Amino acid sequence: MNCIIIDDEAAARAIISHFCSSFNNLRVIEEFPNAIQAIKFLNQNEVDLIFLDIHMPDFTGIDFIQTLKNPPKIVLTTSDANFAIQAFEYDCIVDYLVKPISSERFTKAIQKAENAVFKPSLEGTNSGAENIETTSGNDLYVNIDRRLIKIDIPSIYLVEAKGDYIQIKTEDKNYTVHSTLKKIEDKLPIDLFLKVHRSFIINVKKIIDIEDNSVLIKKDVIPVSRSNRPELMKRLNLL
Amino acid sequence: MEQPNLSYIHSMSGGDKLFEEKLINILKDEFPNERKIYYQNYKSNNFKLAAENVHKLKHKISILGLEKSYEIAVAFENNLLEGNTNLGQEFESILISITNYLEKL
Repeated sequence: MNCIIIDDEAAARAIISHFCSSFNNLRVIEEFPNAIQAIKFLNQNEVDLIFLDIHMPDFTGIDFIQTLKNPPKIVLTTSDANFAIQAFEYDCIVDYLVKPISSERFTKAIQKAENAVFKPSLEGTNSGAENIETTSGNDLYVNIDRRLIKIDIPSIYLVEAKGDYIQIKTEDKNYTVHSTLKKIEDKLPIDLFLKVHRSFIINVKKIIDIEDNSVLIKKDVIPVSRSNRPELMKRLNLL
Repeated sequence: MEQPNLSYIHSMSGGDKLFEEKLINILKDEFPNERKIYYQNYKSNNFKLAAENVHKLKHKISILGLEKSYEIAVAFENNLLEGNTNLGQEFESILISITNYLEKL
């Protein structure tokens, strides 16, 4: 999970960042001393989880949440337990940590966050295999929240395996689906897509550049395994 | 009066001495400025702003293991929000205690 920390106190940011460093699946991609800077960042970057201080001058954590159209999951951090009831009025809030935060309590919050980030994709499905339904021409249907959502296949630029899930990245939006890389690989046209690593399938038309053992697609640097490199090079229109 | 200590920092650091040092340096850096802003607002009778400053200082009080002082800070913050300065002397003693402690670290 990519996360950011918003807190006007450097000591609080350092403590949360330290706790995060003990989780392999948690990556702090940015820290902000105020919410305004974070809004600008969120407009351009994908984030799974925010650690958000409520009590900040000028623009509070609650003000911040209200400005977000599609907020990621949020763990509130505060020195004031009185905000707890108000906090859970928002669906995006998964937990509420009162400072000083203990390691044990932080671990529980991460477990809740993981469930909240990934659980929606599980609802309404029997198994991961059924979550990628059918293809129809240029369309791929994925089962999310009991709805079959249509994805325009050429708009997909990257598919990444994340444990029991895959993340499908498109020009407009990202989708997390309970399925396997093998399952979606079978559904994607082979002239457009190539598995370059055991965890990544890329759209070869979207490659920006290739350097040694990695490719750049949009802003993502994707590793290319040695065994898949010859096939990738074969696909390129090399001068 | 209870004394500041590093028990919380030791318990949450997982033995990471570099992190402990980093956090202590942040406290040394942030605390004097937060204390200064608090005094400015308090002396100017800007009690609402002073309450916000106390709110922020509360976290550092708790990081330094001052459990009873934390309760005083909570009560003092509420007093300031109501426009009264009861517990002001006690809070000032806490700030002095922390200042002295951080200077020795």
